[in-house]
Amino acid sequence: MPTFDLTITAIVIVGLIGGILGVCGYLTLGERKISAWMQDRIGPNRVGPGGLLQPLADGGKFFLKEEVIPDHVDKVFYLLAPAVAVGTALLALAVVPFGATTPPPDPVAMATPNAMATFEAQQKAYGESFNFVLAPGLDIGVLYLFALGSLAVYGVILAGWSANNKYSLLGSLRSSAQIVSYEIPLGMSVLGVFIIVGSLNPEKIIAWQAGAGAASDPVLSHIGLGSAWWFVLFQPLALLLFLASTYAEDSRLPFDLPEAEQELVGGYHTEYSSLKLGLMLLTEYIHLVASSFMVAVLFLGGWSLFGLESVSSDPIVAAVLKLLILCGKMVGLCVFAQLVRWTIPRFRFDQLMNLAWKVMIPLALLNLVAVIFVKQFGWSLLVLSGVNVLLFVGAGMLGARTRGTVTNPKRAVKKMPPGLPAGVTYAGR
Amino acid sequence: MPIAESEVAWVEETKLGLWEQLYIPALIDGLKTTLGHMISRKVTEQYPEQEPTMPLNYRGVHRLNRDAAGRVKCVACYMCATACPAHCIDIVAAPAPAEWQKDGREKYPETFVIDELRCIYCGMCEEACPVDAIELTTLYDLTGFSREQMVFDKEKLLSVFDTTTKAGTDPVRTQAGRLSVASEAPPGEPRP
Repeated sequence: MPTFDLTITAIVIVGLIGGILGVCGYLTLGERKISAWMQDRIGPNRVGPGGLLQPLADGGKFFLKEEVIPDHVDKVFYLLAPAVAVGTALLALAVVPFGATTPPPDPVAMATPNAMATFEAQQKAYGESFNFVLAPGLDIGVLYLFALGSLAVYGVILAGWSANNKYSLLGSLRSSAQIVSYEIPLGMSVLGVFIIVGSLNPEKIIAWQAGAGAASDPVLSHIGLGSAWWFVLFQPLALLLFLASTYAEDSRLPFDLPEAEQELVGGYHTEYSSLKLGLMLLTEYIHLVASSFMVAVLFLGGWSLFGLESVSSDPIVAAVLKLLILCGKMVGLCVFAQLVRWTIPRFRFDQLMNLAWKVMIPLALLNLVAVIFVKQFGWSLLVLSGVNVLLFVGAGMLGARTRGTVTNPKRAVKKMPPGLPAGVTYAGR
Repeated sequence: MPIAESEVAWVEETKLGLWEQLYIPALIDGLKTTLGHMISRKVTEQYPEQEPTMPLNYRGVHRLNRDAAGRVKCVACYMCATACPAHCIDIVAAPAPAEWQKDGREKYPETFVIDELRCIYCGMCEEACPVDAIELTTLYDLTGFSREQMVFDKEKLLSVFDTTTKAGTDPVRTQAGRLSVASEAPPGEPRP
């Protein structure tokens, strides 16, 4: 067990929450800047040098706004909703590694000589290592994250329902349907990773990608390359599914139906004002940060970066390097999400559901089956890369083959759709 | 009235091939476009520091033109006040001074008041004026601390003429009762 010190843990918690909230603040600035640049504008540049103090001004504005609690709301749940939303989002950060980590040692078989002494020595070494995680060595790791991720929908549902407003309710209904649907591909796509590593612990997953995994593979151990065997190489399809699902979970574009301003006034936070609205908006950025960390940890090698993390033997320099690498990956993924936001238009609701249930869940399942086969028969993981590409292209071909058009569908339909004029053929086959 | 069926053109939904169905190439195409815009030249004008050049046919604050002798051109015929749809022009006419009468001027405006807050900047006063005395300038940043400040009298309107002609931003754009070429940007040519 790593030594538990209340003071240190409290300091880390405060530092982590402060740091994450700061990152979230600057993500809002980044969002505005990137959207401005993409629209050939300059973006906010008046507060501070180059607009760098804009998040402070935004936060101050939220503080100073009048706090309106409408008469028609259910006060208890109305006040509870932002707390639930932010609370669950922040709690999820407890297991997310944000810097250098050491995986807990594997159990020692009693049959080995000196089993107790080895165990003691390993535990002592592990106890002295410092982990950049709030709750290190948590074996259910990622499960905890998924549990809290599905709790997050309560904030949204409470907000939409207690507001007693049809637009809010519509927004929260969309959100709950969306989050419940995308939980499945979200969890299923990464199951393969857990099966390969044999653990849900994020620290172990990083250690696997940093070299421990490739050593036990029949082919990879001959190729070398050391710490560059990230899961994105073996599970590119899973990465794609996971990334898309996290965007849906964070209700970011192209999946931002819960807060489609053009359709729903504001979405589930229509009736909120002042700091409560600020908390609601902040929640999404916290989710984005947490899920970017998870993508970096699960698929992009965590703190490893082609050997750069072990350039220095000084433990402090190495820790700082690993922190920077992992946080850099996180920021890169957040920026990518913002680029995607202004690139893909919003999905229609039926397209959203079709994507989850008809495309992503079957693909995730097939990928999982492939992983199970590879694991069972001890094949090289490179097989999985090929299977992933095949699955992806196969899904595309299936889509292209079966996809008809409205007036010329591939499959026979029993009933003519309404509104077709007489001249239009509706040639179902 | 519903649209006649013969006028409805039915368009087939575009058939998507494998390339489009894969979705990722399309995403990369889209990212190329957005990233290209990210580094392209920005069109923002930093307003208070960088003032825009307004087109000459911009309809901003009014002015009362002066003739060659520096007198107000207006002959107090009330045509602008009549044409004004917002009733924001108030003129009190008086017989012109004796020396003006030698030039054929019978009347002149004793007071000429435009309520800039009531004005809708339609430019109909300018079109109605038979002697090219009232014009709209390209001044767009019209502000004031009170409603009273925004009621422009004759002196104020004449001073607008003085400042805008001195600055050279607004040449006299009506001539002989017709809008001159300066009032409309010529088609297909960049703004001056």
